[in-house]
Amino acid sequence: MSTPSLTAPKQPLFFRLPVVSHLRKSVGLQRGMLVVGVVLSGLFLLTSIFAPLLAPYGYSQLSDASGSFPTQQAPGAKHLLGTTVGGYDVLSRVLWGSQTAVTVIIVSVAMSLFLGVALGLLSGYFGGWLDRILVVVADAIYAFPTLLLAIVISIVISRGQSSFWGGIFSCAFSITVVFVPQYFRVIRAETIRLKAEPFVESAKVLGASSLRIIGRHIFKNATRTLPLMFTLNASEAILTLAGLGFLGFGIEPTSAAEWGFDLNKALADTSSGIWWTGVFPGIAIVLTVLGLTLVGESINDLNDPRIRGRKRAGATKTPATPTASEAGKP
Amino acid sequence: MTTLIEVPEAEPGIVAPKSKSKAGGGLGKYIVIRFFLIIPTVFILVTLVFFLMRVIGDPITAAQGGRLPPDVLAQRIHDAGYDRPVLIQYFEYLGQLITGNFGSTITDRRPVVEVLTTFGAATLELSINALIVALAVGIPFGLIAAQHRDKSSDAVLRFFAILCYATPVFFSGLLLKLTFSVWLGWFPVAGRASTRTELTMSTLGAPSGIYWLDALRSGNFAALGDVASHAVLPAVALGLLTAGVFLRLVRTNVIGTLGKDYIEAGRSRGVSEFRLVTKHAYKPALIPIITVMGLQIALMLGGAILTETTFEWKGLGYQLVQYLNARDFVAVQGIVVLLAIIVAVTNFIVDIIAALIDPRVRY
Repeated sequence: MSTPSLTAPKQPLFFRLPVVSHLRKSVGLQRGMLVVGVVLSGLFLLTSIFAPLLAPYGYSQLSDASGSFPTQQAPGAKHLLGTTVGGYDVLSRVLWGSQTAVTVIIVSVAMSLFLGVALGLLSGYFGGWLDRILVVVADAIYAFPTLLLAIVISIVISRGQSSFWGGIFSCAFSITVVFVPQYFRVIRAETIRLKAEPFVESAKVLGASSLRIIGRHIFKNATRTLPLMFTLNASEAILTLAGLGFLGFGIEPTSAAEWGFDLNKALADTSSGIWWTGVFPGIAIVLTVLGLTLVGESINDLNDPRIRGRKRAGATKTPATPTASEAGKP
Repeated sequence: MTTLIEVPEAEPGIVAPKSKSKAGGGLGKYIVIRFFLIIPTVFILVTLVFFLMRVIGDPITAAQGGRLPPDVLAQRIHDAGYDRPVLIQYFEYLGQLITGNFGSTITDRRPVVEVLTTFGAATLELSINALIVALAVGIPFGLIAAQHRDKSSDAVLRFFAILCYATPVFFSGLLLKLTFSVWLGWFPVAGRASTRTELTMSTLGAPSGIYWLDALRSGNFAALGDVASHAVLPAVALGLLTAGVFLRLVRTNVIGTLGKDYIEAGRSRGVSEFRLVTKHAYKPALIPIITVMGLQIALMLGGAILTETTFEWKGLGYQLVQYLNARDFVAVQGIVVLLAIIVAVTNFIVDIIAALIDPRVRY
């Protein structure tokens, strides 16, 4: 991606990392979007790591040395963002919620990356009946409302409610089932394209095994779009997690803090004008998804030389044709 | 069935390379092939949902276990046939589906088809309202963004589109409720209509179930106003979710067509920029939008579940959540399968429309 010119010396690894290299070649508005995205995502990550230090109370803490927390108290000195109907501290639950979100993202994206890439490579490389079946199944799942599928899976795994890890895994697994077809499609298409390339042909002639060709020659070339898909899917994972939580299929409040669940409980508060229980977890979701999406968007734009802004002044306005990834994205 | 699966890659663009040799009859053939493609899609989803729902045990224990003595429970399970091998139940279920029997709910013993006809209209009404909002916001803003590409207004609009995507519909719904019904008092907090209007609606003969249509037909303008004021907030909440997608689509596609030679030719003849965008570049850009609209149906249905729950809009999604909480998995399975069929059929219709508009799709 970073200008593989024959004469240019290879840049150090750090500058070839996905986001860093994009940051270096970006300019103007695109750089602004990327920077905002990176800052928001960084804040999200840091919050999740340091949540135990940042949060004034525990996520399921209902009282401290001075007695029980009041319920539905407006934001004040003791509870900066107020308390919920159950007597939880809103600020603490918002901060702890980032930890749940990060865990779900990591587990679900890792699982779907692994499954989707493996299936896509196999299906694309070998073709045949396996390929046909997988394509039809993936298309069927892809066309289905993701939330419905996630609900069904989460019922199967945890029957609705569960402990921290049970809840995390049921959410993560439902998200995985939804994502695998997407990874599968992209990787399969790339694999089919690469299979016809001369370097694969020559590897075959040299007697390389299928495993080596897939693992070494195709894998490295087919996975270039993965950073982009990762960021976009991470944001979708958060939305699905929140949607499940909102419908009451998330994680119990005593086992972890989850933004969607808190929004569900806050819904009843709104009619009496209590805004702090819903607004803050909601803002947390929006900022997180916004950050991740901005990063993904910018990477998408910067990867496409037709859309990417140029550094020189008086950059020519190149006509952009809609890219597949941009046009088909929900 | 096997031959059917072999033909397609299930992507309309490459479905019919064989028909390239024949000049005529492309559309008819395309429609037939595309129609039969619905079958494997629905079949796979039905199979998936059926076996997933059986993994957790029989539906009667799930719904009523603990509330009934064990022997009564066992008797009920036996009566319903849930103690037989799963494969037999599966084929029986498939047979029922073909005859249009989606089973009956366990908790209130209603046929699932009846649940659909009762609550489907409400969901349809919500989706139409939301689609109107989405198009009304998405298309003009998308055109503006494309015309002012890389200027500040474009940046603001693109940010708005991402924001639409990043805000979960239940949060935007909550904010709308808080602002416009609790603080400003402009719109009602929840529901499809006030109790009085609902009563008048139920006395109508042969109602369509779509309230504004019924109110219009009966000439009841007080009811129409009531229905409209209830419809605004849910429609905006769900509509904004998809508006962002439309905005981006219109923008990218119009920018794409704006770079074409015929636009340059128009510009050199002195056609105004405004006219170039609204007349010349806009129409060819519509085709991919229609195709993606089909994909949006799935997203909209998911969003409808959340919107209906937020606004207590008594439609299919709201009802689905009720059944989920009651652990009535027969009802859930029935509704999910029905929705799968609806999505598959809508995608089919959208593909046909796309093929009618753009002959290239067929070949």
